[in-house]
Amino acid sequence: MTIETANAAAPGTPLAVGPGEPLFTLHDVGYKYSGRQVALDGVSLTIWPGERVVLLGANGSGKSTLLKLLDGIVGPTSGSIRALGLDIAAVAAGEDGFHFHREVGLVFQDPDIQLFSATVLDDVAFGPLQLGLERDEVGRRCADALAEMGIAHLADRAPFELSGGEKKRAAIASVLSLRPQVVLLDEPTASLDPRTKWVLVDLIQRLAAAGRTLIVATHELDIVPLIADRVVVLSEQGRVVADGTPAAVLADRDLLVSANLIHEHLHEHGVVAHSHPHDVSDGHHDAAGSVL
Amino acid sequence: MTTAAQPIRARHTGEGRIGWLEQTVAGITGNIERAIFTEHHARSAGWLQRRDPRIKMVAGLMAILAASLSTSISGLAILYAATLAAAAASRVPFGFFVKRVWLGIPFFAGIVVVPAIFFVPGPRLFDIGIGPAHIAPSINGLFGAALFISRVGVSVSLAVLLVVTTPWADVLKSLRALKVPQVFVLVLSMTYRYIFLFLHTANGILLARKSRVVGRSTGGEQRRWITGTMGNLMSRAFKMSNDVYAAMLARGFGGEVRTFSTYRVRPSDWAMLALTAGVAAATILAGKVLP
Repeated sequence: MTIETANAAAPGTPLAVGPGEPLFTLHDVGYKYSGRQVALDGVSLTIWPGERVVLLGANGSGKSTLLKLLDGIVGPTSGSIRALGLDIAAVAAGEDGFHFHREVGLVFQDPDIQLFSATVLDDVAFGPLQLGLERDEVGRRCADALAEMGIAHLADRAPFELSGGEKKRAAIASVLSLRPQVVLLDEPTASLDPRTKWVLVDLIQRLAAAGRTLIVATHELDIVPLIADRVVVLSEQGRVVADGTPAAVLADRDLLVSANLIHEHLHEHGVVAHSHPHDVSDGHHDAAGSVL
Repeated sequence: MTTAAQPIRARHTGEGRIGWLEQTVAGITGNIERAIFTEHHARSAGWLQRRDPRIKMVAGLMAILAASLSTSISGLAILYAATLAAAAASRVPFGFFVKRVWLGIPFFAGIVVVPAIFFVPGPRLFDIGIGPAHIAPSINGLFGAALFISRVGVSVSLAVLLVVTTPWADVLKSLRALKVPQVFVLVLSMTYRYIFLFLHTANGILLARKSRVVGRSTGGEQRRWITGTMGNLMSRAFKMSNDVYAAMLARGFGGEVRTFSTYRVRPSDWAMLALTAGVAAATILAGKVLP
């Protein structure tokens, strides 16, 4: 059975970039909520195909907003974004959305938002159905995505029956079934127990190994070296304050303190006072605490 | 000023207890959660659970229609016996199934038909005079009441059997077999999905309040809190609806609703439909030949 689609005018036309061309080009991008509250300010970035980029920032630094902009579900309030050869403002306004969203998939931070159907299978099938694919192809894509996330056994379960980790996997599967070139992940390991967190990290590494471009927003420093080959640090004012390799960024303690990703904690042991930088996300001591 | 040795006394008596309004809200949300979201029987391996939900839906409606058209208690008895047999084959506990239907039906359906027992003309079962009044139930009225209550009971039993042996997601999707518009099915399934989330949130808010209640609040305070909580939930629901719509857009939603079905009708499903049709016909025909 062939399902008639609203996007039948351009079926199977992937948006590809030419050799040496970037996937995303952001120029002086700003975004304000309700026209007043600044989420992003003067962000300029270029992201290349196949990169694994982590957007690192404290709560409220605009990471999630930046992902929504890259996914074209909101447009910038200032500046411009070119993504896969399209103007994001036009995508957000409804032009080329069908084409764009089959190439760029966003996994929301809250899986209860992403999983809006009555069963996991319905959610995973939602994207392919919007593409107007035939029933067998929809079934194949769902089976592949569920298998890739290791949750084939949960296909007929209702989302509210799942654990936090299972919901995250189901949310990722719901995007993978679209087979996008680019996967945007918003805080994929937030609110997970340690074991599930590292299972998710493994899955993210596998997604990258499959050749996809990954852009991950997080404030968890310990996962950064494992999932990124480039780190973009956002300040609490929504500006890019660093862009470099994980090793270089994580070694810059002043940068991490200024971005509120770690904080300095002064306390005394007998007569000696120590200054311990702490990782904001889990409160663990940095081994390199200095002696005052 | 109080000290550690002097327990803090609340302004009102009955410290630590929550009010009737909160208890009522908590009770309602808890019961809805249990009633709707417990799919224990729907997921067990029984005869009806293995049937295609669309066929099951059609068969259920066919049987309910037969119950409505039946004019004989004997015919309804045949249908109810078949319903109990189907429930047993589907591993639905007998006590749970019978009590769930028959504890409430005679009361609610009975209220509706009580006047008919006395006002329907015809011979009387007995006639007791109490002053100027007479208690004289009509035999025809009693028969009509019994038929009405039986119809309601059997119909509700069939509906309950359909629901307890079918996950809600399948019940909703099988509405498509009845040509219910897809957008309606999507809205129903999303409502089903998010009712749970908001019931869970509402229960969480109630528990959070309960954990901080250190003195009895007045009725007015409780009402103010409940209305404030309703407003809070509404704001959350509105924000979530915007976020969910964004999530739908992010996966290519363009306003046209499509649903995915993996159902396959097998010969055993057709056999079940044929069996139901036979029982339904017998129920209706029994009315012609049996009392």
